[in-house]
Amino acid sequence: MIRSEILREIAPIIRDQLVVCNIGLPSQELHMIDDQPTNFYMLGTMGLSSSIGLGLALSQDKTVISIDGDGSVLTNLGTLPTIANNVADNYILLIIDNGSYGSTGDQPTYAGMKTSLTAVAKACGCENVVECQDVDTGKVLQAALDSKKMTIIVSKCDSGNIKLPVITKDPVVIRDRFMTAVAS
Amino acid sequence: MSISKKIVDDLVANDVSFITTVPCKQLAGVIEEVEERDEIFHIPANKEDEGMGLCAGAWMGGKRPAIIMQNTAIGVTINTLATLTQFYRMPLPMLISYRGELREPVACQVEMAVHTKALLNQLNIPTYHFHKESDADELDAILKYTFMCNKPVAILTDASFWGGYGDQ
Ligand SMILES: Cc1ncc(C[n+]2csc(CCOP(=O)(O)OP(=O)(O)O)c2C)c(N)n1
Ligand SMILES: [Mg+2]
Repeated sequence: MIRSEILREIAPIIRDQLVVCNIGLPSQELHMIDDQPTNFYMLGTMGLSSSIGLGLALSQDKTVISIDGDGSVLTNLGTLPTIANNVADNYILLIIDNGSYGSTGDQPTYAGMKTSLTAVAKACGCENVVECQDVDTGKVLQAALDSKKMTIIVSKCDSGNIKLPVITKDPVVIRDRFMTAVAS
Repeated sequence: MSISKKIVDDLVANDVSFITTVPCKQLAGVIEEVEERDEIFHIPANKEDEGMGLCAGAWMGGKRPAIIMQNTAIGVTINTLATLTQFYRMPLPMLISYRGELREPVACQVEMAVHTKALLNQLNIPTYHFHKESDADELDAILKYTFMCNKPVAILTDASFWGGYGDQ
């Protein structure tokens, strides 16, 4: 499966949760598949989806899912020790690991070579780290939600993108709509 | 009252309850004070852009955030300031040690000091410079201003403000 197929499959599971979605195609795909006020789309700032989601989870009670990419986690690797040492049981980090910088044309990342983000997350002290295959992402994500334990999921999938438009919503509108959903 | 305590009192009085930090020698006292306060959740970051991401999330979750960092971190955070904090219009008080100014013992610090105000100016970031201890009297107003206009705001605190570097 490619990222957009995973997003399609998990859309019904994440629909009622707060979602912080990674820059580029992940946000564009989620926006097209199931736009929700509970989605915060990143339009820039590669790397910070996990940090924004953690800050949000630590500041209110609702469950937060950060959808991140392998390339983005690699660029902000410092996030994993911060997550490990500031446990928020309402926080799930879902890393869609397609082994590439998908949004910029599928250039390979080190996560698709020798580096295991699962092992890195564990070495950083994260306690519930689950690596799964693309087809099992929905099941694993639901189990993480049910467990009410902070969980890092590394979903191994194929590289590949679909054609779709950029998000033209104003960032302040995205943010304000999201904050209203957070506070409701 | 120590200046660190006064600063943190102003943060607490302005309902700032989520603070991320990356240390600087000059900021040791204020970070210690932040860590001690029950009203504040202190979350050390590994890099300042990461810290700004945490602050963005905290603010959207209903908390008032702040970051405490060294001026060299302006070089680390320009993309985040422009594409996250400013683009989505979020407030962020930045208490910044202004290294590389008068009395600085480390030559390398001067290399970012000479760019600090120019970069902040280029980014249209409101910038205040604390040089004497009494300059901190404005902190309360600066914090109110930051959360009024939803912008990142820089508070540069130089060595003279912190009482120098001790015996050199
Ligand atoms: C600082 C910075 N460098 C490079 C980019 C270009 N860029 C945007 S998305 C992206 C790829 C992200 O890859 P990954 O997180 O694995 O997500 P994927 O698209 O593969 O799902 C890159 C390199 C950027 N936006 N910012
Ligand atoms: Mg990728």
